[in-house]
Amino acid sequence: MTIDPKQLRYASTHEWVSLDSSGIATIGISAFAVEELTDLVFMALPKLGQKLVAQQEFGEVESVKAVSPLYSPVSGEVVEIHSELVSELEILGEDPYEKGWLMKVKLSDPSELDKLMDYSAYQKQCGEAA
Amino acid sequence: MESPSYRTVLETFTKRNSVTQSSNLTTPLTAWHCEHGARLAEFAGYDMPIQYTGIVAEHNATRSAVGLFDISHMGRLRFDGSRADQLLDHLLTRRVTDMKVGQVRYSLVCNEEGGILDDVLVSCLESPSSKNYFLLVVNASNRPKILKWLQPHLADFPDVQMTDVTDQTAMIAVQGPRAVEVCKPLFSIPIDQIGYYKSRVTQQMGKATILSRTGYTGEDGFELIVKADEAPRIWENLMLSGRDAGIVPVGLGARDTLRLEASMPLYGHELDEQIDPFRAGLGFAVNLGDRQFVGSEALEGLKIGKATSVRVGLMLDGMRAARQGASVLDSDSRVIGIVTSGSHSPTLNQPIAMAYIEPSMAIENLAVEVDIRGSRVSAKICSQPFYRRKSS
Repeated sequence: MTIDPKQLRYASTHEWVSLDSSGIATIGISAFAVEELTDLVFMALPKLGQKLVAQQEFGEVESVKAVSPLYSPVSGEVVEIHSELVSELEILGEDPYEKGWLMKVKLSDPSELDKLMDYSAYQKQCGEAA
Repeated sequence: MESPSYRTVLETFTKRNSVTQSSNLTTPLTAWHCEHGARLAEFAGYDMPIQYTGIVAEHNATRSAVGLFDISHMGRLRFDGSRADQLLDHLLTRRVTDMKVGQVRYSLVCNEEGGILDDVLVSCLESPSSKNYFLLVVNASNRPKILKWLQPHLADFPDVQMTDVTDQTAMIAVQGPRAVEVCKPLFSIPIDQIGYYKSRVTQQMGKATILSRTGYTGEDGFELIVKADEAPRIWENLMLSGRDAGIVPVGLGARDTLRLEASMPLYGHELDEQIDPFRAGLGFAVNLGDRQFVGSEALEGLKIGKATSVRVGLMLDGMRAARQGASVLDSDSRVIGIVTSGSHSPTLNQPIAMAYIEPSMAIENLAVEVDIRGSRVSAKICSQPFYRRKSS
């Protein structure tokens, strides 16, 4: 799997989505979010088979100083979890896209992807926040 | 004595490299922080550096080498006049009238009920004209409250002059096992001979500096007070002097994890007006008996009375930290206390917390649970501090 950040869709809450040809979406959090959080110590991910609803909380990531909720950018069922990531959060710092994906979701409403930002719109949002 | 309880959640990114749009207060070093990639966040009305490279890296550098902290937001109040010691003795839980030049004491300011208004450092110093004066360092967040509270007491001592010198000065902390060797070349006096909780008015490149062997990290080190316009130069000199020792600038984020490991209380967390010094485990900072001060009557009663809760340390299982407000439960799921500060401990690599719990449950190694956002996490009550430096 090759993931190019420029080809991803992004939520304003900093999760990214990559859709493959079979309708399965890979979800992660952006390099910008990882850098802003820094010093990650804990991540809670959903269970296999869990139904996610777009814009609702599916987990949390904790840094030394703060806990941040993770919001699902899409609706659907969790079909795969990157369980090794939870014990090796430093992977997110090295590569939040290829190696640092969080989970795979079978979309229930692929049209939701259209509501997400493309790379340039997301970059613009990050530029304003920084 | 303080650091932030900010929430750096993903939705509220901190500002970086720019304070031009900010109406917050700045310190004489804010520009330096911006130029060096600090993330700033509002704290007690000031734009303060929360971190530069990362909390863990800055924390570890302070424990293993030396860290440089801008703590200019702390309030600095100067008291001049022959009866300044009597005024402060009337206001502080700690005796002041027997203080000699060069002594520093940790004290509390209490209200009439014995509730804590602030925790402070009081220093007895000698001006270049050989007159004694006192310096009170108060928490930034409490400075307006303390200034207001002082007014009627100052009116009772018309011959004492109080000057708020916060804005005209800066305060820098140099903390860590290599702090002495880093500071030493900047001063002509043998600063290693300044004892713990001792202070000197001295010169740095011909400029007056108050140098105190104090800190808020659990490490050896100094806190410097200098004129505001001298601060950037002294900061740069310290960065240069500490280059080989591995000095790094440290933000308020690591200042908080450092003080938490050292079990030092933070106002707004472990201390507030509903907490008295004995519950907080700070009885050592209350001198009762032969003196009267604001709150002394109430404190006499509180000292012999039965406390409703006491401050304890907690070590948690897993990696999730308990934050302020989390409930502490006993093995029967009964709430026995509340967390006041909690974080991942970089030194111990596990979550630690401070909490107030029922005195009967304050038993070392007792297994308890903490409710972290709805899920129960096992913890045990432990002795404090969590971290103690090896004596040199």
